[in-house]
Amino acid sequence: MAVDKFPVESGHVMMFARSIGDTNEIYYDEDYARSTDQGAIIAPPTFVQSSAQFDPDYFLRPKVGEEWFGSAKGPTGITKKKEGGGGGGGGGLHAEQHYVYHRQLKVGDVLTAENKPGKNWEKEGRRGGKLMFSETVTEYRDQNGELVITATGVGVRTERPATSGDK
Amino acid sequence: MALKANEVKVGDTYQEEVCDNLSRTQIVQYAGASGDYNPLHSDEIFTTEVAGYPSVFAHGMLSMGMTGRMLTNYVGDGQLTYYGVRFTSQVFPGATLTAKATVTDIREENGDTIADIEVSTTDAEGVEVIKGKASAKLAP
Repeated sequence: MAVDKFPVESGHVMMFARSIGDTNEIYYDEDYARSTDQGAIIAPPTFVQSSAQFDPDYFLRPKVGEEWFGSAKGPTGITKKKEGGGGGGGGGLHAEQHYVYHRQLKVGDVLTAENKPGKNWEKEGRRGGKLMFSETVTEYRDQNGELVITATGVGVRTERPATSGDK
Repeated sequence: MALKANEVKVGDTYQEEVCDNLSRTQIVQYAGASGDYNPLHSDEIFTTEVAGYPSVFAHGMLSMGMTGRMLTNYVGDGQLTYYGVRFTSQVFPGATLTAKATVTDIREENGDTIADIEVSTTDAEGVEVIKGKASAKLAP
């Protein structure tokens, strides 16, 4: 995700920590956080994924005045039915995610995120037909231009819905 | 508290149950916090009728986030230098997941002692949903 300004805010960190079921006080209690070696509320290891909130064009968020592909009255809000494309719905599935931490991300940091294209490759899958993988490298830098986290995401598109479970 | 170098050896394991009977509401919570509102994770009608999946399923990043909680509880806050995973199986509502860390190496790098850790998260049937690795600085 390319983002010009991603302020790391305490309310956002608290909500994110709750959503992953993490009750560690260092994610919401400023007094406690100050008493630790970290000295401030820190972000959980996967928090930068929520930079999506600060990407004005992020395609997996409904936007005012635009059709949304999820259900409304009918099963999809897209009026014209587009054919083909296959399974996966919103642009494929997430296959891998990697983070290299250059330093601990803290509340008060203001990040930018810059994308660099990665590798692309194909593989024959067992259940979903041909699998098309693509890698994106995102560099998160702080207010001083210093690298904080390097994230590498791998997405996969499938020819038809690939489900591992039978539920 | 950070894990200390003299408290850990290769082969050590640590595990935690990271979710019990995963609710659709927790998946919605994750969508709201992360900003990933892909209907595949919360919109049953779209997911079954348009996308062709049997049910909504959790964001891979939710499983990675919950697994990360096990890691930070083990190695301490602010100690990770690397954390990476492959999403090996989808996680559906109702899942109960256990995340496990196994120390595979302890090494020196730029004056720090680093533990390399193998990460595996499995569901109640033993199906692996996350397979990954992490590295963490150990306290002296």
